[in-house]
Amino acid sequence: MDIGTIVAGILTLAILTFLYRDNPIYKMAESILIGVAIGYILVITWTNSLMALLFKPLFGAGEGWLLVPLLLGLMMFGRLFKKTSLLSRIPIGVLIGSGAGVAIPAMLEARTLRQLSATVSPVIADGSLDISMLVILVGVLSTLIYFYFSREQVGWWGKTAKLGTYFLMIFFGTTFGYTVMSRMSTFIGRMEFLLTDFLRIIN
Amino acid sequence: MRRRIPQLICGLFGLVVFLCYFSSHPTARSIYLTVTLDYWQIIFAFTLIVGAISFVRVNLRGIERGEDRSYRIASLVGVITMPLLALIWGLKGGSPFMWVFENIQVPMQSTVFALLAFFVASASYRGFRARSMQAAILLGAALLMLIARSTIGDMLWARIPEAAEWVRTTPAMSARRAILIGIGLGSLTTSVRVLIGIERTWLGGEK
Repeated sequence: MDIGTIVAGILTLAILTFLYRDNPIYKMAESILIGVAIGYILVITWTNSLMALLFKPLFGAGEGWLLVPLLLGLMMFGRLFKKTSLLSRIPIGVLIGSGAGVAIPAMLEARTLRQLSATVSPVIADGSLDISMLVILVGVLSTLIYFYFSREQVGWWGKTAKLGTYFLMIFFGTTFGYTVMSRMSTFIGRMEFLLTDFLRIIN
Repeated sequence: MRRRIPQLICGLFGLVVFLCYFSSHPTARSIYLTVTLDYWQIIFAFTLIVGAISFVRVNLRGIERGEDRSYRIASLVGVITMPLLALIWGLKGGSPFMWVFENIQVPMQSTVFALLAFFVASASYRGFRARSMQAAILLGAALLMLIARSTIGDMLWARIPEAAEWVRTTPAMSARRAILIGIGLGSLTTSVRVLIGIERTWLGGEK
């Protein structure tokens, strides 16, 4: 058995000890994970973002326009000290502002118009009723009514809103089921590693 | 001035990016892509470094005070070791950096992820009681998905997976669509409020 499998197996067991209760072995494994993950992301960000997009083109190819994001990035360091913390508002302003500028058309297109156009389709196609399309239309309208809080949800409006909550519950239920199954498949993967590669109980 | 200058920069960048979106002129496309790809990535990278420095400072202070010393030292060793390994041996496959990633980070990360299966199951045991119509529907939809996605679903009735797929793509999808429409409209109004300077929470509480 190679050393990598032994280390991975011991650390996997250390994490699984949390199933008993919070304990020092789990805490130590968790601390190692946090440190290694931060170190990993730092190295990857340095290589893929700062070196590839900033330092090499700026100092290697002389792309002077990159001084602007460099300066904005350096302003972020102002956050580390109380006296200079206000400097970081400028790069944050650039991120928030440009993010908002991108979000207006992108959100309108992807989240609103596209969803609406997919909903507003013929309910009767080729002379027959399309039950699925009707369910989708009723579901979208009733759920939107549920989220409309500017009118008191009483009478037929309230009943429609309540129908919307049923659709929401179906959505939450299916999402929950999917999440559980994906976690289960990861757990089975870890158990397979432990029993086959590490403990060699199963061949 | 401390609030107005960042606000002006925010509005200016937002307006420029917004206007560039609607133009196919090469300069406009170039500005749009430069800001959204390069500027964002570079500023995010610096932000991450600031976060890492802050993490190290907090942990060093904790070690000085003697709070959870061994755990904090383990975290700091991880933060320092990974860049050192990358600096000495590089990032290629088979390097010590990748060895640590493959044999320490990946197994632990996926085990933490897998642990959630138990917590989700125990939470659902406590929370999933069919006390109302809504709770019953939630429980029914979740059970249908769980049964349909496992071998038992097919064994019980061959059409269970088919029924689960219809529930997922029709009634569940309709609620998802309504939520997405709501998110879209919410993001749109928040973005407009940011650009015209009504939304200023991002500036923080200081004057």
